[in-house]
Amino acid sequence: MKRQDDFASRREHLKGLSDEALHERFWALAGELTSPLLEMGRKYTSPSIERSVLLRMGFSSTEAKALVDGCLERELLGHGAGHVVYKASQLGGKSIRETGLALIEGKGWDGLAEHFSKEELS
Amino acid sequence: MSNYRLNPDSPLDVREVLKDLASYRPRRRGWTWRKEVPGLKMHSFTFKDAAEPLKRSVPLPPAHHFGGIDPQPAPVITTEIASGRFEDDIRRMRMAAHHGADHIMVIRTAGQSHFDGLIEGTPQGVGGVPITRKQIRAQRKALDMIEDEVGRPINYHSYVSGVAGPEIAVLFAEEGVNGAHQDPQYNVLYRNINMVRSFVDACESKTVMAWAGMAQIDGAHNANATAREAWKVMPELMVQHAINAQFSASCGMAKDLICLSTVPPTATPAPCVYMDLPYAVALRELFKGYRMRAQMNTKYIQSSTREATVTHVLNMFISKLTSADIQSTITPDEGRNVPWHIFNIEACDTAKQTLIGLDGLMDMVELKKDGPLREDARELKERAILFMEEMLEKGGYFQSVEDGFFVDSGNYPERNGDGIARQLAGGIGAGTLIPRKKDYLAPVTAHYGYNNVAQYGLKEGENPASLIGGCTLEKPELIQYIDELDETDNAATRMAETEDLRQPGAKYVKPEMEWLGDGTVMLTLFFPVEAKVAQAAALEAARRMNLEEAEVISVEVMHPVDGTRIELKGKVPFKIAVDELVIPPEPDVLSDDEIRAAIEKKPMKVVCGTVGEDEHSVGLREIIDIKHGGIEKYGIQVHYLGTSVPPEKLVNAAIELGADAMLASVIISHDNIHYKNIALVDRIAREMGVRDKLMFLSGGTQVTPELAREAGADEGFGRGSKGMHVATALVKLRDAKK
Repeated sequence: MKRQDDFASRREHLKGLSDEALHERFWALAGELTSPLLEMGRKYTSPSIERSVLLRMGFSSTEAKALVDGCLERELLGHGAGHVVYKASQLGGKSIRETGLALIEGKGWDGLAEHFSKEELS
Repeated sequence: MSNYRLNPDSPLDVREVLKDLASYRPRRRGWTWRKEVPGLKMHSFTFKDAAEPLKRSVPLPPAHHFGGIDPQPAPVITTEIASGRFEDDIRRMRMAAHHGADHIMVIRTAGQSHFDGLIEGTPQGVGGVPITRKQIRAQRKALDMIEDEVGRPINYHSYVSGVAGPEIAVLFAEEGVNGAHQDPQYNVLYRNINMVRSFVDACESKTVMAWAGMAQIDGAHNANATAREAWKVMPELMVQHAINAQFSASCGMAKDLICLSTVPPTATPAPCVYMDLPYAVALRELFKGYRMRAQMNTKYIQSSTREATVTHVLNMFISKLTSADIQSTITPDEGRNVPWHIFNIEACDTAKQTLIGLDGLMDMVELKKDGPLREDARELKERAILFMEEMLEKGGYFQSVEDGFFVDSGNYPERNGDGIARQLAGGIGAGTLIPRKKDYLAPVTAHYGYNNVAQYGLKEGENPASLIGGCTLEKPELIQYIDELDETDNAATRMAETEDLRQPGAKYVKPEMEWLGDGTVMLTLFFPVEAKVAQAAALEAARRMNLEEAEVISVEVMHPVDGTRIELKGKVPFKIAVDELVIPPEPDVLSDDEIRAAIEKKPMKVVCGTVGEDEHSVGLREIIDIKHGGIEKYGIQVHYLGTSVPPEKLVNAAIELGADAMLASVIISHDNIHYKNIALVDRIAREMGVRDKLMFLSGGTQVTPELAREAGADEGFGRGSKGMHVATALVKLRDAKK
């Protein structure tokens, strides 16, 4: 889009504002612009977020990648990759690390999906 | 565990730094600001805005006239070090710290933004360094030792961006990285990463960074570097800053760790300060409470390092007139190549010199409260608000990006239709987001967004990581360390190739600009011809000098046909055996008591002056004056004849006063006049038949002792010589004459 500078007419409603009122308006607009973005962050996750969770649970970057790929294949990532390992560890009675390494080797996925809720987040 | 400690008198041993990294743990997390010391007294001066001095440092070149002091300005000073070989960068980091840098930023290798995961090991980088756990550990470990050596914490910094942002943020939090760039808008606009993915990932990244107390730098300055006419994007820059600042604060980041990366958008020959100052003022008023990271203008840099340096000094003048919490530096060779060692150091010195030179300025001047400064600042704020109003009218951030709102070269509301547009469903990582289910869980610390911990009995506010007994952020022993994944592309193989050049204990030395043993040299040449001919002549000169891979890196017209200045780089094919070098021995200096005793036993009289048409007096006065520790303090009787003393007058005065010695200061060196004057004094004394009885010593900043002796003096003294050196020579020469 091309447009001539129409600042003089466009600013009419701002002209009378004090500096302080102008600053308040600036930050109110920034808040309006960013709140939908924050809400997306609340409701969604990504492969990178899930790998970052697994790193924190004591897996290496290559292990985290294999686990997240495993969850994606089985459509389990929406429950959280860390959740998948945690749940499997609880069911199998093994440590988080042992459980994760077994999942990487393809062991322990069978029947795991049944233990997760299908309910969507509102 | 390695017991290696950095010895201030020894070269840094990179081999030792790389040992035992698997067990290394960072000593702290989070950002450190400098400690300001208002009214700091150093030498005979009082500094108004300086920070705590360093324990060890390299002061500015003239410091020896000022008691060797090295005052440090208040802002944290940044330098970017990332040559592609992180192991060679470690030595540069030590040099930079000694020149006042306490924020070391590592640029990532080209393409890391698009790497879906973490890179491991130590592959070589292009235009930056592959950021990996091993590389971070090695550099952070080295910086731990370097910060102890200089006596000030050093902030280590890299980038949390690209499609693996959250993983990198966790890596940084685990490894004690102190600051990072994080701005989802950067991903969207300049890395074409899907915008929704970028913002969702950023929520997690920022939450982790906030937990680690890291300072964040935004990416708004890139609009300066990208827009065709950078001075017209000022309203947009404010909008970009606002989006990232507000978004970060909402993710839990402390306002005083959210730093706006702000660049004075304009450069000379535009009247840049007049244009940039209202912008700097408006920004600081709007973003009160946030921190300012003053970056320098790179948009218009050409290959002249002098021109770049002046632009950067003007940029820092704006910092001083307004404020800067972090003063970034840009190497003056930025317009030529990936920065070299020497230019990182020049940039640090430029920042230190400028900010210390402007110390206390705002106690004496203030910015006007009316007139064009205020009017322009107000207009910029209003334009930024109008920008955001239209974004909301269009449907919000994503819609505005689709419509090409950003990086348009029109001064908003003017539009030129040349902005960067991205599609909601486009870019790298599009379609990769997954909606969280109702039972979504992440049993870790510092996780953003919906996390159903209640299903496992945790109450709100309890740390989700308690479900697994703590995560790596509480229990670093859980971290899995990968050393190398590539058998050939790693630091060990690179280092093996230059082992005989590696300090400490190297058998050989070789010129170096960025990597050990690179052999790179730079030549400055002038040719009395037009630019094209001069460039060809320069390359031919390089060929005859046996330089390999010669390349002209800067051409400046002195006159369109009468002269061209060329800078050229090339590589030398040889290395130099250290054992075979002839290193002049340190001068043998007598103790103060020995000199005094010799003079007491047999008094000595000298005449001295600056000879020739030469009005310099400072150097000679330092050699003779008692208050500078000059030769008078040993009881030597000194007759000072002043400056511009004709050589015959010096000899005549020595005869009349019955002196034992003549001291001639020779400073001007054009056309070798200094050595010619030394020869003249010697000849006159011989012609008058007194040379055998009179000792004759000469010195000056451009004097080399050997050449002074060849010219006819009994001894010569160069830069850095002191009264004790001259007095020692006088006593020894007199003894030798006996």
